[in-house]
Amino acid sequence: MREINCQEITDTVARLCIESNYYLGEDVLNALRHAREKEVSPVGQAVLDQILQNAEIAAQGELPLCQDTGLTVVFLELGQEVHIVDGDLNEAINEGVRKGYIEGYLRKSVVDKPFSARVNTRDNTPAVIHTEIVPGDKLKITVCPKGGGSENMSYLKMFSPAAGRQGIVDWVVECVDKSGANPCPPVIVGVGIGGTIDQTTLIAKKSLLRPVGQPHPDPEVAELEAEILERVNRLGIGPQGLGGRITALAVHVETFPCHIASLPVAVNLQCHSARHKEAVL
Amino acid sequence: MKITTPLTDDVIEKLHAGDAVEITGTIYVGRDAAHKRMIAALDAGEDLPFDPKGQIIYYMGPSPARPGRPIGSAGPTTSYRMDPYTPRMLEVGLKGMIGKGNRGSEVREALKKYKAVYFAAIGGAAALIADSIKEAEVIAYEDLGAEALRKLRVEDFPAIVVNDMYGGDAYEQGKAKYRVEGQ
Repeated sequence: MREINCQEITDTVARLCIESNYYLGEDVLNALRHAREKEVSPVGQAVLDQILQNAEIAAQGELPLCQDTGLTVVFLELGQEVHIVDGDLNEAINEGVRKGYIEGYLRKSVVDKPFSARVNTRDNTPAVIHTEIVPGDKLKITVCPKGGGSENMSYLKMFSPAAGRQGIVDWVVECVDKSGANPCPPVIVGVGIGGTIDQTTLIAKKSLLRPVGQPHPDPEVAELEAEILERVNRLGIGPQGLGGRITALAVHVETFPCHIASLPVAVNLQCHSARHKEAVL
Repeated sequence: MKITTPLTDDVIEKLHAGDAVEITGTIYVGRDAAHKRMIAALDAGEDLPFDPKGQIIYYMGPSPARPGRPIGSAGPTTSYRMDPYTPRMLEVGLKGMIGKGNRGSEVREALKKYKAVYFAAIGGAAALIADSIKEAEVIAYEDLGAEALRKLRVEDFPAIVVNDMYGGDAYEQGKAKYRVEGQ
């Protein structure tokens, strides 16, 4: 068994919280630059210029990309030959969030007692942690701060299998259409198809971790992504909803087998500030 | 177009959906929790923590300010969540709001009724927007942290008129212009 110390996990999570909120990934920057070249609307072009300029300012390390530094979603791929020592894994992650959000001057955006008093927890904890046990002796940590504005634009539908491919395409396009300017377009459209309600929403969110615009390895799924993207970008919503041809930078679809009676589909929208950073211990 | 606060009716009459403006002067900041408290105060017959007449509210919850800076990143939050509170705020004299995203029909009707305007700032351009904020102070509800009520002094704060007092809607206009038929 390989030992990984909780302190190392805490320090890594803290670093990833800060890095993800200040430095946009090169894949996202490239997608935005490409969008700027393709956008025909002058207002849309101006918006994209300002988004790119904003990323440059944030990368100086003083001001985060967005004031909404998110609820911290953490994905773990924990090797089955790893032994976590000197503490509690989940607490080590929350301690990392606490440290990162304080030291990085990040906004504390989490409230407890969600349906009543809505009391801010003041350190952005708890994180939402998804742990997958995988072969090997490594721990991969992905920190994904998710803003509330785009998370609110999320949808789930339990289709009848008869709805088929066309039913899914039409519905996903409708979801993006009715979200309009709210999720801060240009967005990345995360789609989960199959599984159960919990699984389909999880794979929709996980699809957002893929490098922006990298097609799904299965050609059938990649073709579906391309078709939805083309349809979405005909909606006219454009950057920030002010009109244009670039409403989405990409559509990412993930699938999972499902029950013979079911066809669950989830949409999880990601704003243009598509933040996530990962590390392998 | 450059505009200064407080907003007067003759300025509001000149603003049309789609216009780019630069706002200079004092603006107030409040989002979900602060609005809930302000409406509760009005319901209880109390005064608001600031005089809303002619003023602009910016829907925003900043990231913490680093030493030497007036504020952290400071971009808009999504506005529809404030829709239930907005007609009441306009009734007591508020003249402008800055946020992002679509407003409901009741808000758009209220803008016509009370001669007021809804602006959008660019969501996610929060570090860039912080440049136009010169001073910031918490004026009420400090316990709400990022959601506290704030007063800002801004210079050339960039915004776009989304809903004007004539019923115009920049989102609808922009979408209609670039929508490709055959959906």
